[in-house]
Amino acid sequence: MCTTCGCSDDAKPQVINLQTGRSQSLLPEHSHEHEHSHSHEHPHSHEHPHDHEHPHDHEHPHSHEHPHSHEHPHDHAHSHDHEHPHSHEHPHSHEHPHDHEHSHSHEHSHSHEHSHSHEHTPQKSKIIQLEEQILAKNDKLAERNRGWFQGSKILALNLVASPGAGKTALLERTIQDLKNKVTISVIEGDQATVNDAKRIQNTGAKVVQINTGAGCHLDAEMLALGLKQLQPENNSILFIENVGNLVCPALFDLGEDCKIAILSVTEGEDKPVKYPHMFQAAKVLLLNKVDLLPHLNFDIEACKKYALSVNPKIRILEVSAARGDGLDDWYKWLQEYQLSSRN
Amino acid sequence: MHELGITQNIVAIVTERAGNLKVNRVKLEIGKLSAIVPDAIRFCFDLCAKDTLLDGAILEIVEIDGLGKCESCGAAVPLSVLAGLCNCGSRDIICIAGKELKIKEMEVA
Repeated sequence: MCTTCGCSDDAKPQVINLQTGRSQSLLPEHSHEHEHSHSHEHPHSHEHPHDHEHPHDHEHPHSHEHPHSHEHPHDHAHSHDHEHPHSHEHPHSHEHPHDHEHSHSHEHSHSHEHSHSHEHTPQKSKIIQLEEQILAKNDKLAERNRGWFQGSKILALNLVASPGAGKTALLERTIQDLKNKVTISVIEGDQATVNDAKRIQNTGAKVVQINTGAGCHLDAEMLALGLKQLQPENNSILFIENVGNLVCPALFDLGEDCKIAILSVTEGEDKPVKYPHMFQAAKVLLLNKVDLLPHLNFDIEACKKYALSVNPKIRILEVSAARGDGLDDWYKWLQEYQLSSRN
Repeated sequence: MHELGITQNIVAIVTERAGNLKVNRVKLEIGKLSAIVPDAIRFCFDLCAKDTLLDGAILEIVEIDGLGKCESCGAAVPLSVLAGLCNCGSRDIICIAGKELKIKEMEVA
């Protein structure tokens, strides 16, 4: 594994276009552009400008042989305060890698204040106020994607869930059922494989797979590259199936119209309070696999309460992608949302 | 482990702003509700800073407490988690502080 960015050599992030079969690496333009620069001149580490002779270093004239040090018959307080005016103010006082131990540390019991002013100040340090959002770059690219969606009248929905919640199954079913009403295309995000994209491809929808490699979420830049490959049609719906993960995808805006969270009833009903960021960021919560409820101890009312406690505005729909329960409500919501987002 | 990517962003932003000057200190502001773990950032920082202008820089992290505003009555509600309950009974609270994720300042020499 690369120690600079944590990217794994054998897990290259890439975009795979299922229509053309071509794949494109995400590495060159991806945020790993930090150019692994580990070889060239550590400018500071050698030859510190201040290894100029510390004039006080050796030769403390007073340090040895204090003739007066033996029995001062006159016990007035050492009047010999020879103030060595060398006041070392190291303005760059953080980490002197060249630890020049001022060897005069032997206790001068007589209090001459060393104040030798050998100021090693090559440059003065300067504080720069930044006030910069760390995710600003992602957010900017996300806004660009968002503008593009608006211009093309594309409804972009970011599907987020744990692995195994049924994101792909819900998409397959949705595409099949709405085939004759609306054009749907899909960007699939997974760390590896094109398995999900192949499932979508079998429905006849256009699909591009993004493999994030070691990455745990899609980001706006990956999505932009995926969009270039996918070329979704105007007036269509784009589903972005994010990497199965309830943590990071909440932080990375892709430029989508909204996030749809899917929680299957085979998971714990307290997931919304365990992962509040995700459920707060979502507009809709699809409780999937409700056909299995008779076999489970899942308390669906408690789950809804938890979801509403972190997000009082979240719309909750009970569905089963496998058996078809509740899908009409889901399609109705989709249609209404698509209409409202165009206005 | 999104902290690694976020730390890379921090190093990239600071490097860009530092010109060719060595960075001695970086100060971040991280909200307690930001879903970012400061210790994980600290862990990644040395790794990401290695062989950059930030190599050896001190990382300072200021954590910001969560604060919400009740949408019903307008009261300020301290938030220790993302969700809260206002004294007026409403759960409709928007977070107004605690989600910060910002590079506040840097010191170069």
